[in-house]
Amino acid sequence: MGTASNLLFQSSDWNFETLAHTYDAIEEIALGDLGLDVYPNQLEIISSEQMLDAYSSVGMPLMYQHWSFGKRFVFEDHLYRRGRRGLAYELVINSNPCITYLMEENTMAMQALVTAHAAFGHNHFFKNNYLFRQWTDATAILSYMDFAKKYIAKCEERHGTPAVEAILDSAHALMEQGVFRYRRPPRLSSEKERERMRERLEYEEQTYSDLWRTLPPSGENNDPTQLEKELAERKKSLNLPEENLLYFLEKTSLILEPWQREILRIVRVIAQYFYPQRQTKVMNEGCATFVHYTIMNKLFDQGKISEGAMLEILQSHTNVVFQPGFDDPRFPGINPYALGFAMMQDIERICVAPTAEDRDWFPDIAGTGNWRETLLDAWANHRDESFILQFLSPALIRKFRLFLLTDEADDNFCEVASIHNERGYEALRGALARSYDIGVNQPDIQVMDVDLLGDRHLRLQHNVKDGVLLEENSRDSTLRHVRHLWGYEVSLAGVDAETGETLYECSTEELSD
Amino acid sequence: MPNFIDRRLNPKDKSLGNRQRFLKRAREELKRTIKERVKSGKIADVDAEQNVSMPARGVNEPAFQPDSNSGERRHVLPGNREFAAGDRIPKRGGGGGAGNAGAGTGQSEDEFQFVLSREEVLDLFFEDLELPDMVKLNLKESVTFKRRRAGFSASGSPTNINVGRTMRNSYGRRIALRRPSRREIEALADEIARLETEPGGRNKHRKRLEELRQTLDSLERRRRRIPYVDPVDIRFNRFEPQPLPNASAVMFCLMDVSASMGEREKDLAKRFFVLLHLFLKRRYERIDIVFIRHTDEAGEVDENTFFYSKQSGGTVVSTALEEMLRVIRERYPANEWNIYAAQASDGENISGDSERCASLLHDELMGLCQYYAYVEIIDERETEIFGTTDNGTSLWRAYRIVDGEWPNFQMTRIAKPADIYPVFRKLFGKQPEMQLRK
Repeated sequence: MGTASNLLFQSSDWNFETLAHTYDAIEEIALGDLGLDVYPNQLEIISSEQMLDAYSSVGMPLMYQHWSFGKRFVFEDHLYRRGRRGLAYELVINSNPCITYLMEENTMAMQALVTAHAAFGHNHFFKNNYLFRQWTDATAILSYMDFAKKYIAKCEERHGTPAVEAILDSAHALMEQGVFRYRRPPRLSSEKERERMRERLEYEEQTYSDLWRTLPPSGENNDPTQLEKELAERKKSLNLPEENLLYFLEKTSLILEPWQREILRIVRVIAQYFYPQRQTKVMNEGCATFVHYTIMNKLFDQGKISEGAMLEILQSHTNVVFQPGFDDPRFPGINPYALGFAMMQDIERICVAPTAEDRDWFPDIAGTGNWRETLLDAWANHRDESFILQFLSPALIRKFRLFLLTDEADDNFCEVASIHNERGYEALRGALARSYDIGVNQPDIQVMDVDLLGDRHLRLQHNVKDGVLLEENSRDSTLRHVRHLWGYEVSLAGVDAETGETLYECSTEELSD
Repeated sequence: MPNFIDRRLNPKDKSLGNRQRFLKRAREELKRTIKERVKSGKIADVDAEQNVSMPARGVNEPAFQPDSNSGERRHVLPGNREFAAGDRIPKRGGGGGAGNAGAGTGQSEDEFQFVLSREEVLDLFFEDLELPDMVKLNLKESVTFKRRRAGFSASGSPTNINVGRTMRNSYGRRIALRRPSRREIEALADEIARLETEPGGRNKHRKRLEELRQTLDSLERRRRRIPYVDPVDIRFNRFEPQPLPNASAVMFCLMDVSASMGEREKDLAKRFFVLLHLFLKRRYERIDIVFIRHTDEAGEVDENTFFYSKQSGGTVVSTALEEMLRVIRERYPANEWNIYAAQASDGENISGDSERCASLLHDELMGLCQYYAYVEIIDERETEIFGTTDNGTSLWRAYRIVDGEWPNFQMTRIAKPADIYPVFRKLFGKQPEMQLRK
């Protein structure tokens, strides 16, 4: 039979040979047809216990030891054993070569699906998206993790586990505040700095006039302008305000030993490494899901996958992209797989078969037909927020029947602000995009001022947006951690971002330990 | 072609270290949980795997988090059916409203359950009993093994070669393969020498000599080819670990349940019983537990009744001892059972009965028992008054006499968990000499 021999695999059992030639068939479509560009792949077969291990160490193959990973393990393990939660079919690491874990329990059809999803979908995204290119170094991450693991083990040997754990606990508490959100201007080399200084002096010499000296002195030293000037000078020398608390503490704290600074740095590097993943959840999963869906259908069209296997693949695909409504007991929030996949498909539709409305909303891409380029471009140059803002179409808003609810804490009612109609599209799209902007949703806490020569009181400022304050218990215990790393008094002031009015103030002096 | 790596055979307990760190961290909470368990569970169940639930206190990881009860939020939700712009929806329970469902996913982590292994449970249980480490090790070890000869094997260490077996095999192989013996060869050589030395023999027997030389040659070659002792002959003595023969033991728990024994007293008594049980479990394959409670009359009851039901009445301690004697006579003949007894009381007894108790122990029970432990549970304030003196209740004074005469009698006053272990110190101390009956 011609069609039978064309199949990549017949039974649901897999072996390395079928895995290999299925991979080749998938690769052909992924690179040839979709035009993906991927890191070399490394596929690793693991058992379910190993998957649990990987879960608990935040998905990295190498990780230093800390009790919080043990806590996560115990938690996941319990859910898994009670049958409350299944394990992921795969886990993929943004590294070069790109490591994908495949579970040994998967059937061959699932292995094919997972290979297309992770080894090509995610892999392409990691390699091409601007956030990953800018902020993560896929080639170096594994050796860095190896270094981190060994370094922390060595510290534990030298300084004792409790001491290292104390630093790690504090550093973990500030992980959210341990990332750079914007590129900073490159620091000037000391040579350039001197050059500037010299120019400034020259200028001053040239413009020197003895007349100024004859003016009477301007009263006392503590006049407000003078103080303000000093403050500005101080802030400038420390590069304040600073949003990356871990970075600031690592560089500026006066009480930390060199090894403690290195540990802060390790935690900060890991936080920064994962930061792009958190900003691109919808796109990353959408990209991977779209890729596996397209490739699997293509393979089926070529007669390389049997109908039975295809049914199995479609069933898990539908499970993955299932989006229950808001009033469904299963509703966990908007499913990033569902939203991402639907948007990718929608872009393909707009490019190929646009309606009049689409032409109105997306004049650039509607009807051009080259959906591949459009998608490749979107995957490379967007994050969730900008992607949704740019590409969420009215058709999709209607399909998901999205609505916008405004919820004020001291009101007993929520108000439906917009629904999926002509007047609501813009507002919905903006609000959904904003909800994926981590910069907006994470508390914005910055180092405002510290007088290193004086009382060394570290002043943090929380820029309160929309009146959303901090949960008090966790705020106070996190402040204690900051104090632990800083060594002197730390205070936090909540300042309304719009009015500039101070909403609350708290200091470690007031907190009991 | 991608790079496939099969990791399934890699060690899988990568998280074990992290898990142990977590348990260490959560120790205080877990200790409390296990204590509750010991209080409410069965004595024999203490050293089993335990399913414990872990509240997040002490192991939470703080971070700056938005307060869900402040400010203005906007939620985009899917699945609108009947809402139109401007509709107002009442919030559930005054809380965060419909949109909170999405934020609630992290909540389940606050409290979760997991299983502690037997070792982990015992570690926690022993912690405030202040056992010396050696004893802990002994108790946790489930069975003791002794190496015992068990036949022969073809591999082993040179020190274990069994020479007799090896030579027997070698002999059999030599016979089977017809290895020429030295005697045979010597006889042949002698024959040749004889023929050669015979005058003129060399010519007369030329043909015969030729034949003989050939045979000798082939025999010698054969002898070289078939070694005297071949590696296949070698046999080693084989040893295998054998669990020590365990006999049966019966443990009598005697307790005063009159009204004066409160919650605290019973809890301490229970820990005392659990410890004895753990100790016995290590040494004996089968342990029966008999619970005898008494007020002014005694009776054998089940564990639940023993610890949790109240009975009113006076206190006549000797009734419990009589009941114990009766049970021993009926079911546990002393020549078949190792009998251990543990008695807990607050020391109260009706006047005149203490002497009777002492004589019962003296005349009958102590001869039957391997070990008899008596604890008097006192108030923590009383420790300072009674701690070391011989004074005390009439029961205490009467037992002092028994204590002096029988080495396998132990008594002490306890006020807190840490006091329990010293009661057993003598028992643990004299383990090696203690003979198993039977």
